[in-house]
Amino acid sequence: MSIELKNVNYIYGVGSGQEKQALKNINLKIGDGEFIGLVGHTGSGKSTLTQLLNGLERASSGEIYYNGQNIYEKNFNMRELRGKVGLVFQYPEHQLFETSVIADVQFGPKNLGLDNLEVELRSYEALKLVGIGEELIDTSPFALSGGQKRRVAIAGVLAMQPEVLVLDEPMAGLDPAGRDEILSLLKDLHQKKNITIILVSHSMDDIAEYADRVLVMNHGELVLDGKPRDIFQYQDELEKIGLGVPQASGVIHSLRKAGIHIDKECITAEEAAQAIASVLLEKM
Amino acid sequence: MKSFIEANELVHEYSRRDEDGNVIDIKRALDGVDIRVKKGDFVAVLGANGSGKSTFAKHINALLAPTEGTLYVDGMDTSDHDNDIKIRQTAGMVFQNPDNQIISNIVEEDVGFGPENMGVPTDEIWERVEKSLKSVGMYEYRKDSPNHLSGGQKQRIAIAGIMAMKPKCIVLDEPTAMLDPIGRKAVINTVMELNKKENITVILITHYMEEVIGADYVYVMSDGKVKMEGEPRQIFARSEELEECRLTIPEVTKIALKLNKLGVKIPKDVLSVEELTEAVVRLCKGKNIAGL
Amino acid sequence: MIRDITIGQYYATESAIHKLDPRVKVIATFAYIISLFCFSKFSGYIVAALFFGVMVILSKVPFKFIVRGLKPIIFMLVFTAALNLFWSQGETKLISIGIFTITLEGVKKAAYMAIRLILLIIGSSLMTLTTTPNQLTDAIEKILHPLNKIHVPVHEVAMMMSIALRFIPILIEETDKIMKAQMARGADFESGNIFHRIKNMLPIIIPLFISASRRANDLALAMDARCYHGGDGRTKMKPLKYKRVDFIAYVVVITYLVIQQVVVRILPF
Repeated sequence: MSIELKNVNYIYGVGSGQEKQALKNINLKIGDGEFIGLVGHTGSGKSTLTQLLNGLERASSGEIYYNGQNIYEKNFNMRELRGKVGLVFQYPEHQLFETSVIADVQFGPKNLGLDNLEVELRSYEALKLVGIGEELIDTSPFALSGGQKRRVAIAGVLAMQPEVLVLDEPMAGLDPAGRDEILSLLKDLHQKKNITIILVSHSMDDIAEYADRVLVMNHGELVLDGKPRDIFQYQDELEKIGLGVPQASGVIHSLRKAGIHIDKECITAEEAAQAIASVLLEKM
Repeated sequence: MKSFIEANELVHEYSRRDEDGNVIDIKRALDGVDIRVKKGDFVAVLGANGSGKSTFAKHINALLAPTEGTLYVDGMDTSDHDNDIKIRQTAGMVFQNPDNQIISNIVEEDVGFGPENMGVPTDEIWERVEKSLKSVGMYEYRKDSPNHLSGGQKQRIAIAGIMAMKPKCIVLDEPTAMLDPIGRKAVINTVMELNKKENITVILITHYMEEVIGADYVYVMSDGKVKMEGEPRQIFARSEELEECRLTIPEVTKIALKLNKLGVKIPKDVLSVEELTEAVVRLCKGKNIAGL
Repeated sequence: MIRDITIGQYYATESAIHKLDPRVKVIATFAYIISLFCFSKFSGYIVAALFFGVMVILSKVPFKFIVRGLKPIIFMLVFTAALNLFWSQGETKLISIGIFTITLEGVKKAAYMAIRLILLIIGSSLMTLTTTPNQLTDAIEKILHPLNKIHVPVHEVAMMMSIALRFIPILIEETDKIMKAQMARGADFESGNIFHRIKNMLPIIIPLFISASRRANDLALAMDARCYHGGDGRTKMKPLKYKRVDFIAYVVVITYLVIQQVVVRILPF
């Protein structure tokens, strides 16, 4: 699996007199098995970018290749692409509509034109993946708790068995434990199912903990692209564009300013604790 | 002395009925809640989804009446419906979804909605609107449509709409749950400023731990009960209990706890990057490390 | 696409039209619309269009903005025009295709109908673009106030209208989002026959309905929390008071109506 964006531009509201360039010359290559954190403040273009990846929005100029195939070519099968690149919108539980959990999850695979047996198999598997037990599959999705609804909605996308899963702030509005459930689900999908994950999130702590690559967007441009450890060195630059760094990085940077030298760039609580401890304990 | 807000053994039950009106299901959302808020305080109520914290917020605004127990707001009993309007003027409420609480298509008209309902004379409405929009830093947007504002800005408009009713207290029910970090910060800063400068009593309902750091007192709710209470520092030092309530401590506090596990004696109740840095620097100085 | 609907949107700027008492604008728009249906002559429509043009210039609303309101009704326009074109009886036959005959009268009627509809839509768009929904409902409340005596809940109706107007753009955006989300799950809204398509709309309509009722619930609570208890004892932040310019505006509207009638009677076309 690979997705490649070449010189992609996206302009909103062409002809309305209120044109706005939401994406400026994006060049990007996403490879198999990556876990990408996509960050940027509201209106930076990250949502538009996610919708380009599965063909929901069409770039104003530039090309997008999926597995080397240009998705804007005439014979390209867009529906198949939408199955391969699963997109989970913000508050996905707001799109539930069926009378039972299982029926809702089946909506996606049915649309792909699969036979009934395959649809069943995939739906049950997806529900199992997100941790919705058999006792719930025949209940109405609207009777579930907020966290459960969200997991059912994610299962609805997973049942299409995508190779890439793009999630737009999947933890928004959930309590800390609910957030952890979603994050560990993503980790499992990435490690056990080898699904490429693109996670849009405002939480730098979560990105630091889970992602192995970070994309930073600002005013429609891709301004930083690299490993979390490298990206989070740029605390001042990130703060200038309305973002921050994980608290662990913040502590290390602030200690450096205070004259305590810690060479290693730490991005998680565990790393920071280790690094600080080694400075303090080696002198004891 | 009586507290400004006083909940005694407060119980709330939601009951579902079938077509014939028979109760088929009862859910106890509040189960004997005792909460006291002093006038002028900034009190946070922490809790996971479904912990009952939003139900409690609605009680303070007399949007719900107690099933059992009592709740007094500034001496007024919320179970007496004759008090509803006065209670709502005393304790204003800001809700989670900024879009669903803005009534007008123009910012200033929306802020004027509350005073209009209260029958405030026209000239005074204008004064109040101007003052409350200035107090949340949104005066320059008074002629705009709320649809063009960000979530954080809309939420500040909602706060201004409450301020224009001249309440003694504001209850905010997860006001930042749908906002990005910038909006979240702006809303919390606005609320803290109103608390300090205008001496407004604030009750903040949330599950973001970072937002309660500045609170005077914190209540933690779970399963409809108050499970923990104390100053933020005392609460954050009890990380395991918090986890049982589906909550978590801030990352810096996690670092401090991990350091303790690694044998570094550092206070476990640090709340911010600055505090942790200071604590580490102090330890370094004590041990004469690297030029300090 | 659905975002293009301009009816119910407000265009914020300072202009003579914006400053008018909303009652003037409501009554003038009403009179204007009625005037369009009072005659079937091109000369009258020219006067109507000229009057409208002057109002647009005075309002400082970009013309592009007003015309955009027509986009969503193009289908309706074409449909009514076609209906009139093919179904009107007439003397002067122009073309015959099978059972359809196009007559000169038919062409005229189709043209009149299209012009009327266009002027009606852009005319009322101009009113909503220059009047905030709150002013609009205030005006309607005040104009219809006498009906209170026969127990028509005027205030409640006005409040409902104002809320509906505020939530239209929000629900439109939401529809867009739900549509996209279902398309991301492989839904197809563009193919199949009409029954198929209607059935395919369920994944949009149900979530939209749920969301709308959730919003309604939230809003009702928020209004309660802000001491809303109906129209009794309410004061107004912006009470309606006629000023000199409003009377002038009424005179202008009456002059327009008179000129139009004169022109229609004198000119032969």
